[in-house]
Amino acid sequence: MAESKTGPAWTGNYLQDYGSRRGLMAWLTTTDHKRIGLMYAAAMFTFFAVAVLLGLLIRLELMNPGMQYVTPRVYNSLFTLHGVIMIFLFIVPGIPAIFGNIMLPLQLGADDVSFPKLNLASWYVYIAGAILALMSLFVGGGVPDTGWTFYAPYALRSGSNVSLAVFAAFVLGFSSIMTGMNFITTIHRLRAPGMGFFRMPLFCWGLYATSWIQVIATPVVGITLLLVIMERSLGIGFFDPARGGDPVLYQHLFWIYSHPVVYVMILPAMGVISEILPTFAGRTVFGYKAIALSSMAIAIVGYMVWGHHMFTVGMSDTARRVFSILTFLVAIPTGIKVFNWMATLYKGSIRIEPPLLWAVGFIFLFSIGGLTGLVNGALSTDIHVHDTAFVVGHFHYTMFGGAGVGLFAAMHYWWPKVFGRMYNRKRAIWAWGLFMVGFNLLYFPMLVMGIMGMPRRYADYLPQFHTPHLIATIGSWVMVSGIIVMLWNLIRAIRHGAPAPANPWEGTTLEWQTTSPPPQLNFAVPPSVTTGPYDHTALRAAAAKEAR
Amino acid sequence: MRSESGTLGATAVSPAAVAHHEHRDDIGSKTGMWLFLFTELLLFGGLFIVYAVYRHKYGTEFHEAAHELNKVMGVTNTFVLLTSSLTMVLSVGALQRARVAESLRWLGATFGLACCFLVIKFFEWSAKHHHGIWPGGEHLHAMPPGEGMFFNLYFMMTGLHGIHVLIGMGVMGSIAARIRSGHVSASRYAALEFTGLYWHLVDLVWIFLLPLFYLTN
Repeated sequence: MAESKTGPAWTGNYLQDYGSRRGLMAWLTTTDHKRIGLMYAAAMFTFFAVAVLLGLLIRLELMNPGMQYVTPRVYNSLFTLHGVIMIFLFIVPGIPAIFGNIMLPLQLGADDVSFPKLNLASWYVYIAGAILALMSLFVGGGVPDTGWTFYAPYALRSGSNVSLAVFAAFVLGFSSIMTGMNFITTIHRLRAPGMGFFRMPLFCWGLYATSWIQVIATPVVGITLLLVIMERSLGIGFFDPARGGDPVLYQHLFWIYSHPVVYVMILPAMGVISEILPTFAGRTVFGYKAIALSSMAIAIVGYMVWGHHMFTVGMSDTARRVFSILTFLVAIPTGIKVFNWMATLYKGSIRIEPPLLWAVGFIFLFSIGGLTGLVNGALSTDIHVHDTAFVVGHFHYTMFGGAGVGLFAAMHYWWPKVFGRMYNRKRAIWAWGLFMVGFNLLYFPMLVMGIMGMPRRYADYLPQFHTPHLIATIGSWVMVSGIIVMLWNLIRAIRHGAPAPANPWEGTTLEWQTTSPPPQLNFAVPPSVTTGPYDHTALRAAAAKEAR
Repeated sequence: MRSESGTLGATAVSPAAVAHHEHRDDIGSKTGMWLFLFTELLLFGGLFIVYAVYRHKYGTEFHEAAHELNKVMGVTNTFVLLTSSLTMVLSVGALQRARVAESLRWLGATFGLACCFLVIKFFEWSAKHHHGIWPGGEHLHAMPPGEGMFFNLYFMMTGLHGIHVLIGMGVMGSIAARIRSGHVSASRYAALEFTGLYWHLVDLVWIFLLPLFYLTN
């Protein structure tokens, strides 16, 4: 067996071991971008499951007024952990770490990323950060209770394990930077012959914009988090009003990173949608250049809008107006994308398949998220909804309805390519339906409650908020059952699914030209490119030829 | 790049694939290195923002506190670091012309100058420490908030810079070993060149730290 696998005639795929290392060791020492992507997926979905469980506990406590299951302090830890895990361990690495790693070289027609060893190192750094985050639960002063934002001065005074959690976020930042540097270099250097920047698939454009944000924004939060640690251990007083420091400065530094990072979460998801729509509409994407450049525009403008998280901290009116206007400007490139997607579907020969349903779900949910974002971005309305459940509803519509659903869409789109197996179509559609109903039951009441005045992060509430809270909790159960069905369906397909052809969806980008799953070096013959990425005519001509 | 990796044994791929794969991308590596340097600048950038904010808020106190720093030592250290950047360039230049022994000598000189920088820094810090001026120290705690802020910033920024000097020295050591073993050579000098780029960044940051702390009064 081993002989046949190591010879030149070996025709296996990347999921099979060959060479000297086998089994787990082969995975842990791999520099294959596809395997690293799957290793990220395994780790991230483990943390995702934990954070979903924490979210369910939050909802359970909020189902009825009064305290039933946890103390207020435990409640604080619950939402802190839910946020820290979901943000730093799940959505920020998110689509780039899983599908960016797996698909970027495939879509560019390359064998791997530019720095395969750095890529593996980034996974280990991610795991190290995750272990530190988990340690903060069990050692020392107790579970962090500051919220995922670690705001000064409370984060400086809290007796809980803030330093360790902050250090974990610092380490995770390095992993993010490594991935970003790797992708930028890969995109600049390893595109297939003939693939200019404007012949790149739009997913690659999304990753390109994302990577720049990771590289530019992450170091700032790195140093900020380091300062929080120094402040807690040495009392350097930069953010401590008692020592002449300024807690608002912390907020500025924190959001200089943490606002751009929401585009780290959403831009790759938008890229995924831009891949799925042309494939299932059977036509080229509408407004290719506009979609590609709007990713860059979002990245650039999005870097300068962090102040909209701080409208109530006492900034000058001038600063607030500037931040508000810039925030509204982000809506323009976002709108460009949404309208181009709609136009792509218009008069297309649409095939309803699970990836398309998830993509359409993305557009629906993300539009609600984006429009409620404008409510937050406008100065006067923000004063009313600031720190209410409305904000929580808004960012779950963008982050989960956007980035999360984008990831689910990517999973349904690329699963046959990654594992070489088809999942059950009917079950996938059921899961999607359950998820969509549950999602809206869960988060829409939050928008309503927020406008009614329900504050965020409160463990208890007044009786008038009971009905929306009850609906939201029931919605959380429906949504989670949708997620469970979806994951079960996908995981089951790895072993029991029907073998997938090389191009089950009639996609036009390069990853569909190689086998499913791809061989170790991605392409038997290095591809070259002569047309734009979504040219269906060549594909149809080839199909017609085969039919004859 | 992949051909060096663990999972791919030498026999694992067909000869054609190897030929296709053996490309070495120096421009790509350099792109990655510049991106990394960019992140380093932004890391220090965060601290420079904090400095700017508090300098604006506590102008007078910063001027007062800056008197306490030893200008002679600060300026000496600047010359030491600038010279070390020169010796680093000479080391890279020598290796590019295949003068291995000369390159190693210049690299050794750079290492020595880095040591010298840290020794001077050590004396400066320990003098401050002696007077109770260090983060969390009694004297510093009793200072007016602005002056305390100055010294905390001083220790944070020179400290972070010092860590970078230390890392640079570690990298120089390993590069020296790789030059000796022939892994880094006239035809493959990128690793030394990148060490040089990093070292110039360390130098550059110090050139800003000197006026901001020692020369503000």
